Amino acid sequence: MMKYIKDAFRTIKKKAVAALLLVSVGAAFLTGCHGSKEMADFTVPDSFDTTKPIEIVFWAKNDTNARQTAIYEKAVEDFEALYPNVTVTIRLYNDYGKIYNDVITNIATGTTPNICITYPDHIATYLTSENQVLCLDDIMYDEKYGLGGSELKYEGPSRADMIDKYLNEGRIGEHYYALPYMRSTEALYINKTYVEKLGYDVPDVVTWDYIWEVSEAAMKKDADDNFVINGQNVMIPFIYKSTDNMMIQMLRQQNAGYSTASGEVLLFNDNTREILEEISKHSATKAFSTFKISSYPANFLNAGQCIFAVDSTAGSTWMGPDAPLSDICSDDIISGIEVVVRPIPQFDVSNPVMISQGPSICVFNKADPQEVLASWMFAQFLLTDEVQIAYAETEGYIPVTSKAQNNAEYTDYLSRSGEDNDTYYSIKIETTRLLLNNIDNTFVTPVFNGSASVRDAAGQLIEKTVTSTRRKQAIDDAYFDELYDSIESLYRLDQIEGGGRDGAVDLGPLPTGAKALLITIAVVWCGIIIYVGRDYFSKRKKTGNR
Amino acid sequence: MKKFNLVLAASVMAFALAGCTAAETVEDTVNDVVDDVVDEIKDEVEDVADEVKDEVDEVVDQIVDDPAVKSEGVMTYADYVAAAVDDEIVIECYVQATQSWWDNKISVYAADADGAYFIYEMECSEEDAAKLVEGTKIKVTGFRAEWAGEVEVASGATFEFEDGCYVAEVKDVTEFVGTEELVNYINQKVCFADMTVKAVSYKNDQPGDDIYVTLTKDDTDVEFCLEYYLNGSDEEFYNLVGSLEEGATVDVECFLYWYNGADGHLTAVTVK
Repeated sequence: MMKYIKDAFRTIKKKAVAALLLVSVGAAFLTGCHGSKEMADFTVPDSFDTTKPIEIVFWAKNDTNARQTAIYEKAVEDFEALYPNVTVTIRLYNDYGKIYNDVITNIATGTTPNICITYPDHIATYLTSENQVLCLDDIMYDEKYGLGGSELKYEGPSRADMIDKYLNEGRIGEHYYALPYMRSTEALYINKTYVEKLGYDVPDVVTWDYIWEVSEAAMKKDADDNFVINGQNVMIPFIYKSTDNMMIQMLRQQNAGYSTASGEVLLFNDNTREILEEISKHSATKAFSTFKISSYPANFLNAGQCIFAVDSTAGSTWMGPDAPLSDICSDDIISGIEVVVRPIPQFDVSNPVMISQGPSICVFNKADPQEVLASWMFAQFLLTDEVQIAYAETEGYIPVTSKAQNNAEYTDYLSRSGEDNDTYYSIKIETTRLLLNNIDNTFVTPVFNGSASVRDAAGQLIEKTVTSTRRKQAIDDAYFDELYDSIESLYRLDQIEGGGRDGAVDLGPLPTGAKALLITIAVVWCGIIIYVGRDYFSKRKKTGNR
Repeated sequence: MKKFNLVLAASVMAFALAGCTAAETVEDTVNDVVDDVVDEIKDEVEDVADEVKDEVDEVVDQIVDDPAVKSEGVMTYADYVAAAVDDEIVIECYVQATQSWWDNKISVYAADADGAYFIYEMECSEEDAAKLVEGTKIKVTGFRAEWAGEVEVASGATFEFEDGCYVAEVKDVTEFVGTEELVNYINQKVCFADMTVKAVSYKNDQPGDDIYVTLTKDDTDVEFCLEYYLNGSDEEFYNLVGSLEEGATVDVECFLYWYNGADGHLTAVTVK
């Protein structure tokens, strides 16, 4: 039978070649119609060409922190010294959203950078353009150039040195598309002096009820209309920087719905409504506000105008009257207040839950495999101990490799909290410790094409509720019904289709050209099968006649 | 001159035709030519009349549209300043400049005869954004907000175009550097003379975004910013500001934006 099939295939080969040629030409034509955005699959070259000049572009994100810029620049300098034929150009950003917008724009024109700092949520959108983002599955394990590869000119982390939890955050569907770069979480920065002045203690882990109660207590005014607690006419006891995170974490702490791994949006539920009602109550008294409405929590905290500020651990160098970075006039800073760090408020203090966040590294595919390999090697270079430790020390970040976390230089750094208000700034090191002690209590939200919109929607529900409450709109069931509808429509959440971790990312409907190609291929294969079938039965008949 | 040429052409044609056609034909031709001339003169007169009308309209607009006078139901600048944060506001103002339009939103620097406004992320189509040129009168409905000391109309305000045109004069506020009076000019287009450059830095430490400039006057620092979305596309201006040298003496114009203190959004810089 096998021999027959081979013979039959030979018989039809000549005719099929013509048909397949036609299909190939058609495919090439139709692929051309789909645009020049698509890129060939990347295959790891056998060796890195150290003679050919290669230029790579790196879009980096910093936290408005000049030290971070200097670390990126030094990393480039050191890498170029190891690979003199490679030139790395950095473009600096301080906003993930802007990198995202620029990448999207540049995908359309085929001018993406080689490497960028980004969030996995954003990568899920980049993946809607085929082969733009380098899939790391193979290259990560490449013997020569993979993690800890034999041909690398530096001592990078091996696969075993990568912390699984963080590496897996860059996994979208069944594939790895991002390397973790740094990890942070959110922290609650507390003006302990004022809390105690109000008659409360500061527990190790605070509850939401505690936060609301103390915040309301701080709203008492004197006869001159100043706040009793600070003697000033401004006091916003509780300010949250990222309301996206606020909603996501409050839901997660209650095991309530947000989204599924396949992209189903569960955000608009009764738990969300209860959370919004509570937030509305404290917005009405102005005991609670947000960054978007009132400005940076750190500025209010340092001016003695805020008691509880929730912000990223990566913003810790701005927190506290002795913080090395500040945006407000030194005359406005209230010295003598003690600021302490705690995990974000919890519903269940025995089971603290907090978000894992921080920059990841994404490598883009290019026509030249050598250019891609150089990009990958630079991305890995950012995971070396030297870069990891230096960058982690700039803010409340932790390194993403166990190698760097266990490095003596890093443990020494952690042990020197409070030695100065610069490198060893106590609040910064406390936030770092907070995260190191809670790695197992961190979580990430599912990533799929559209997950960035769900995140935006989560924050917008809070922003809208606070704004509407402050503008004295009625906050009732009708309000929430309308709010849910408008937010769902604004972020087109009803148009998100399944995708994410358990399957392929939703790439949208197939282009007409692709549909035509698939139909053509199906028709040709039908023809082949019919021909083979007829020939087979015809030969059987002849054999039977013997 | 145009009319003279026409008449001359008509006459020449009439004489030329007279030599080779019958008298009736000549009369018809002359009549046609005269009609053409009359039409041409009518067009000319209409053009002149239109021009006069436009000029009169403009003068009337200026007389009728006093930027200090508000329509019914519209707040005065004093009312706007006195309104509490989150109060609903309705203002009439004149566009002085805009930041770049994005995603159906635009931030507007506006003024009337009594003061100035910053309207943050006003809802606006791209088509309407193109019409928000300097002087354009708009009626804005929204909510009053304050963000890091900046008094502004909150994000999401709506607007409609109105007839009228006004460009506020630039006010010299140099004498108010370091005083509490400076904030009285918030959002207005102002100038500072003979300031000394203390520091210049790029947001993100490299060109391509805002530029932060610190100027001093009698040992008092004032912060300024070349806001990229306001005039970052003006390459010559961007390069000028980016290359300011410490110790240089400059005159600057800006919109007096506020961010935890004066933080003027630069519109002009003269190096002395």
